[in-house]
Amino acid sequence: MARFLVRRLLNYVALCLIATFLAFGLASLTFNPLAAYAERTPPPPPAAIAAKRAELRLDDPIPARFVGWIGDVALGDFGTTTTGTPIGEQLFSRIGVSLRLFALGTVIGVVVGVLVGVTGAVRQYRFTDYASTVFSFVILSIPVFVLAQLLKFGGLQLNAAAGTTILYFQGEVTPSFRGSAGAELLDRLQHLVLPTLAIALQQIAYYSRYQRSAMLDVLGSDFLRTAQAKGLTRPRALFKHGLRTALIPMATLFAFGFGLLLTGGVFTERIFGWFGMGDWLVYGIQRQDTTIVATVTLFVAVLVLLSGWLSDVLYAALDPRIRIR
Amino acid sequence: MTAAEQFLDPVLAEGPVLTVSNLSVSFPSEAGRVDAVRGLSYEIATGEVLGIVGESGSGKSVSSMAVMGLLPGSARISGSVRFRDTELIGKPDVELSRIRGRRIAMVFQDPLSALTPVFTVGDQVAEALQVHRRELSASAARNRAVELLDLVGIPNAGSRAKAFPHEFSGGMRQRAVIAMAIANDPDLIIADEPTTALDVTVQAQVLDVLKTAREVTGAGILLITHDLGVVAGVADRVLVMYAGRAVESAPVDELFARPRMPYTLGLLGSLPRLDDEERRPLVPIEGQPPALTNLPAGCPFTPRCPLAVDLCREVEPELEIVAMAHRAACHRSSELVRSDATDVYGVSTLAEAGTGEVPRGERPVVLAVRDMIKHYPITRGTVLRRRIGTVHAVDGVSFEVRQGETLGLVGESGCGKTTTLMEILSLTQPERGSVEVLGRDVTGLDRKARTRLRRDVQVVFQDPVASLDPRMPVADIIAEPLVTHGVLRSEIRTRVPELLRLVGLRPEHASRYPAEFSGGQRQRIGIARALALEPKLLVLDEPVSALDVSIQAGVVNLLEELRVRLGLAYLFVAHDLSVVRHIADRVAVMYLGRIVEIGEVRTVFRAPQHPYTQALLSAIPVPDPAVERARERILLTGDLPSPADPPAGCRFRSRCFRYTALDAADQRRCEQDDPALERTDAPDQQVACHFAAPYAVL
Ligand SMILES: Nc1ncnc2c1ncn2[C@@H]1O[C@H](COP(=O)(O)OP(=O)(O)OP(=O)(O)O)[C@@H](O)[C@H]1O
Ligand code: SF4
Ligand code: SF4
Ligand SMILES: [Mg+2]
Repeated sequence: MARFLVRRLLNYVALCLIATFLAFGLASLTFNPLAAYAERTPPPPPAAIAAKRAELRLDDPIPARFVGWIGDVALGDFGTTTTGTPIGEQLFSRIGVSLRLFALGTVIGVVVGVLVGVTGAVRQYRFTDYASTVFSFVILSIPVFVLAQLLKFGGLQLNAAAGTTILYFQGEVTPSFRGSAGAELLDRLQHLVLPTLAIALQQIAYYSRYQRSAMLDVLGSDFLRTAQAKGLTRPRALFKHGLRTALIPMATLFAFGFGLLLTGGVFTERIFGWFGMGDWLVYGIQRQDTTIVATVTLFVAVLVLLSGWLSDVLYAALDPRIRIR
Repeated sequence: MTAAEQFLDPVLAEGPVLTVSNLSVSFPSEAGRVDAVRGLSYEIATGEVLGIVGESGSGKSVSSMAVMGLLPGSARISGSVRFRDTELIGKPDVELSRIRGRRIAMVFQDPLSALTPVFTVGDQVAEALQVHRRELSASAARNRAVELLDLVGIPNAGSRAKAFPHEFSGGMRQRAVIAMAIANDPDLIIADEPTTALDVTVQAQVLDVLKTAREVTGAGILLITHDLGVVAGVADRVLVMYAGRAVESAPVDELFARPRMPYTLGLLGSLPRLDDEERRPLVPIEGQPPALTNLPAGCPFTPRCPLAVDLCREVEPELEIVAMAHRAACHRSSELVRSDATDVYGVSTLAEAGTGEVPRGERPVVLAVRDMIKHYPITRGTVLRRRIGTVHAVDGVSFEVRQGETLGLVGESGCGKTTTLMEILSLTQPERGSVEVLGRDVTGLDRKARTRLRRDVQVVFQDPVASLDPRMPVADIIAEPLVTHGVLRSEIRTRVPELLRLVGLRPEHASRYPAEFSGGQRQRIGIARALALEPKLLVLDEPVSALDVSIQAGVVNLLEELRVRLGLAYLFVAHDLSVVRHIADRVAVMYLGRIVEIGEVRTVFRAPQHPYTQALLSAIPVPDPAVERARERILLTGDLPSPADPPAGCRFRSRCFRYTALDAADQRRCEQDDPALERTDAPDQQVACHFAAPYAVL
């Protein structure tokens, strides 16, 4: 079992490198980082441009540049942006911002999604089921940025109705706000509600669909009947035997769900003004900055593949039939 | 119930554990209300075994699920189910859950899916204890679970309790389910087809465990089955269900000896029997059970009943006392005293084949298989596949099928029967050994020759539904092989109706789709298709095992008739030895990829010489209570070893009872020498055992 997981981890490391290389290559091919530099007024002297060119190693072949960069990354040096600031300076603060935003949304999304799915299955063809089905399809068909704007609008209405600001929709904290620890926490929460909702709603919609069908498979199963025949009440049999088994196929989904979340996160961060990794990616693309794009891609790849690996672990923990391999 | 009736039903004198009266269950459906159970009444006395038999769809499972309160919410239930003095119908789930598993326990049909895959077997048995006895500590429950597993015959129960269900074989899982059922010393055990999914040798073991369970707990047992043989051996009383109703109930001997309802009579007549000496035609019951939506008034058996009169179409007969403790629901039951199924159903006798007179040795060999081998590699890894072992699916099999005869191939699931058939049907050179069809070795055949040879070898599969394309009308299905082999359109047009008539279907049905036919009719379509090219050899893989007995009988008779009329040869794979006894001329018994005994059916069944054959035959129940009670069973221990790792020496050694009785020197022989097939004194019988000796098991 341990060997299986180690092997999977190695596979994932290779996949990470490939994904990052593709992003790096694609960015290098299409971006022209010198464009902005060369169009400054007054135009920089050709020697300066040539120096910049050399600094960015633009004449080296792309694979060589990638190997050079990834080698530095392995040593903890992520390189510099085209403007010369070291990537490392912003990297960790931005990761912190993104994780603060995603962690809560993901936990809520997974837990509520599973519960909604299970309820839908147990109450199949009744009102709760129809309601959750409609909800999921609506949410899944709305693009994230529209959803975020709708939430903003809802927040505005709420604030207007209350006559005071309950929900903020810009940034992580009110910039100049100072108060007791409790007051500062409340301030943060007030900022967190809307973006978290934007993330969680999508996740809930996504997971609940799968959880519902996984649970439906289990509902008709013989072992559930056996559990009841033993003397478990229906709710207890459903919870202990049914849900526990229906969670198994979900384990693999969490990895993919996470990928979905990160792409949606780009918009959420931009719209709610959180300076996280998603925001940085957009910034990097606007600035035609290969290093930023590659760094963000590497981060996303590591996260997706780490969650993939975690879902392997989870799968093995949930399903004894996998363990003996 | 009047005092007189009570007197006539001595079983009730002790007071019933369970009284079901006027139970009805219906389900809403798109086609209208489905009346699954209609006014069912019965009682089970303390410690009594009541067998419920009936064709699939007759309401056996639904009625027992209603007793347990385990029907889905959409079911409409009325009537009364009294357990001792407690009314169960309408009780809330919480209260029922206190009775379920403690006072009434249940064993289900499919042991493979009956256990939760994610918990250990021991924990699941322990849970059955703890759910009713909160005060029981976890370790005490675990210890008791191990004791229970030991009681139901799980070897090394202590360590096996920690295994997960997927690490158990089907038989072992069913034992575990029985262990759960007896955990709380219940008053009643409901067993719904507990052995249907199991091999016969395992079935015998599980029935034995059920018997132990009954002795240990003193519980009454409600045994639901479609196998009249099982009922004959185990039940005290039998209830026959048809279309959601009880149509007959009687003590087991009485029911088998003097059935008083045409359906029961037909059911008994339709059974092939292991102890039949002469070949007799089976009694098929024409038609099929009615759909349970919008049942017409009158007796539901009317369309299939040879005795039906006008009254039957108008008034549904009540279940009434017809003799001491014997009830039947039929207007004409009084006329049925001492009737014979063949008289009532009027079956023609079989015409004996023209080939019957030609001695076997002079008839041409249609199929000769010599020393055939098929090994599957077990591989590991996805990118770099490594071979880590070999499944010896077929490991040196030889036999011959001659014109006009049927060779039955029998053995437990996984012994290599299907693999053998598939190897033959591929008409390609086997891994080792040879296959000859109609005197031609398939090795070195070119494509054209192979296609030509394929016309002569056709196949009929087990599942008539899956092997027919649902989107094709029947005419196209039957014509398909003709088209493939380039038969002229005009010829096909005349051939299809001919074929339909040949298998007992109406030519008008040619434009219908498979879904419009019943299981038995679909199997007939499969047979018609196989016969389209006028083959010499028909390979049949479990052709009747998915069918109910009354319908199976018709298909068996048809196969018999076709063989005689068309001079066909059959290679017939079945796990039901009674069917093989009935239909085959010769039989080959397979065990772990080998033939361990082969020979003329009468010889092999009357005086089997290989211990495995003896155990197999002894495990088959005979639908005759007196015979069943008098029989000694040879119970095999354990399960089939993995075909990837067969025991050294004789492969049957790990389960052989004869080996256990040998002295050390003889045992060494079994351990070291792999026995080869050898002739016995009988004219046509070969056995692969160093210590072969006849032993009559019937
Ligand atoms: N493709 C395959 N790969 C590996 N093993 C196989 C394969 N097909 C069959 N086997 C194995 O070969 C053995 C014989 O299989 P086969 O299907 O012939 O059994 P059978 O007697 O027909 O069983 P049943 O009565 O259940 O149909 C079994 O152990 C089976 O697991
Ligand atoms: S009541 Fe009539 S139709 Fe029904 S079984 Fe008796 S004779 Fe046949
Ligand atoms: S050879 Fe030995 S082990 Fe094999 S069947 Fe005969 S007695 Fe049993
Ligand atoms: Mg098979």
